[in-house]
Amino acid sequence: MSEEVTYELTTDEVRHIAALTRLGLSDDEVEMMRGQLSSILRVFESLQQVDTEGVEPTGHTTEVRTVLRDDSAAESLQREGILENAPDSEAGYVKVRPIFG
Amino acid sequence: MVNSGVDSGTGLTGLTAHEAQALLSSGAVSSVELTEAVLARVDQVEPQIHSYITVTRERAFEAAVAADEARSAGNVSGPLTGIPVMVKDNLSTEGVATTAGSRMLLNYTPPYDAHVVEQLRAGGAVIIGKGNLDEFAMGSSTEHSAFGATNNPWDIDRVPGGSSGGPAAGVAASECFISLGSDTGGSIRQPAALCGIVGMKPTYGLVSRYGLIAFGSSLDQVGPFARDVRDSADTLSVISGHDRRDSTSLDAPAQDFSSSLTGDISGMKLGVPREYLVDGMEPGVKAAFEKSLETLEGLGATLEEVSLPLTDQALAVYYIIAPSEASANLARYDGFKYGNAVNDVPTAWDVMDQTREQGFGPEVKRRILIGAYALSAGYYDAYYKKAQQVRTLIRREFAQTFEKFDALVTPTSPTVAFKSGEKMDDPVAMYLSDVCTIPVNIAGLPAISVPGGMSEGLPVGLQFIGPQMGDGTVLRVAHAYEQATEWHKLKPGI
Repeated sequence: MSEEVTYELTTDEVRHIAALTRLGLSDDEVEMMRGQLSSILRVFESLQQVDTEGVEPTGHTTEVRTVLRDDSAAESLQREGILENAPDSEAGYVKVRPIFG
Repeated sequence: MVNSGVDSGTGLTGLTAHEAQALLSSGAVSSVELTEAVLARVDQVEPQIHSYITVTRERAFEAAVAADEARSAGNVSGPLTGIPVMVKDNLSTEGVATTAGSRMLLNYTPPYDAHVVEQLRAGGAVIIGKGNLDEFAMGSSTEHSAFGATNNPWDIDRVPGGSSGGPAAGVAASECFISLGSDTGGSIRQPAALCGIVGMKPTYGLVSRYGLIAFGSSLDQVGPFARDVRDSADTLSVISGHDRRDSTSLDAPAQDFSSSLTGDISGMKLGVPREYLVDGMEPGVKAAFEKSLETLEGLGATLEEVSLPLTDQALAVYYIIAPSEASANLARYDGFKYGNAVNDVPTAWDVMDQTREQGFGPEVKRRILIGAYALSAGYYDAYYKKAQQVRTLIRREFAQTFEKFDALVTPTSPTVAFKSGEKMDDPVAMYLSDVCTIPVNIAGLPAISVPGGMSEGLPVGLQFIGPQMGDGTVLRVAHAYEQATEWHKLKPGI
């Protein structure tokens, strides 16, 4: 268990998470989110009372198994229908702004 | 029918799907006529209800004509042939805009159908349009839709619940006979309760998620809204079954769930978990619940109070796991591949930052941030891993309980429909609306909400929870209860 568990966020932490998730936030939004996210974190506090020593985590509720399919060609979605939804495309590819500015 | 040619939701459009199917079979009405009646009703009430984001009038008539022709040729394929239905707008429809209630997906048109939409089409259903929802299915009131809120047909100043508020209000207001929603923490059952109709979340994996816009992938499940349990069972029979395109799809043979509706529950053991009678439950909801328990005893079921102490931890587990999965799932909205992009900026990084800032609403941003925080270095063990471990314990607690009981009975939501705007600035108060439905998704169980009384002129929902793959059992109990009461026959006055 981490020593750092906290139920009150700072504005710097909100900005840090926003940067990790590539989510632009205005200064007003950062302050609003700080208060609201902290109140949500306090809901999580009760979990620390539950003894989970040695308990396996659950990822999903069906029996976990690897699903394989035959390695054979089959029909797939047409390129045109997919590219029609792309904001920008060229020569059958999705076109994006430069990665390096 | 009244003179205007629009019935008031109590005539043709207010029938159950199986009643309408009987009229279709006898030739008393055609699917084109049913579709015309439903579309007239949509025109009449949409200004007040707003349950649809998109109405696909021409496509609906094409499907209705095809259904009528198939019927004349003797090819009636099932209970939904020729029946007007709505699908939630997070279910992909080939060639028809699919928004998930978000500005992010303005103008997005899927090049394929969701599995359940394919199943509806193969079953001859007439899709009228796409139902409103909280953005990316995150919310409990349908106020978080980028296309405006849906209003409750019982009182248009109140919310219909959420996130599937459009599909719920649409069935309640007779704007379709059946609809499909998705339920990640209660998004089918809570709006069904608040709108006075039947809503079911099947066992996780029973219905393919292929083409459902992902929110919390280990929790999401598609299910039906209907005016009675028989229609719910029939719809589940149509949409369920194995699909290799969803790796969590259960490899179970197709079932006819209507065979579960025996009407007999004598000798069944029903548990009443005391933790679901939460602080803050409205007295009218509690009174209706207690009366429902008497009805069930009158039907010969044995009721016994039971304790599931970890229920109190379910909200915390859910609001770690669902946002964590959402923060990963919604990373795909980068402004490059589809949707509404801010493209007139210098670099790809600016495209991402600004597309996401402008495309997502406040609730989606909250959940992405909370999820990313719970998954981030230093907090993963304390939040995400801890929540997954408690999830294991919650599953065990349910499994032990179902060794002794056939099903559990609880209220669906602690309150009736609340006033619009009431919880918009208090996310945690909004989350508490799902406190009775969330544990079911955590454990992947089937559950159904049926009309179970009225309080202050508004519907109250009754929830039945079954063991994994006990979908037939919850349908059976819900059907017996429904047939012993009149609540499902009440209609809003709109």
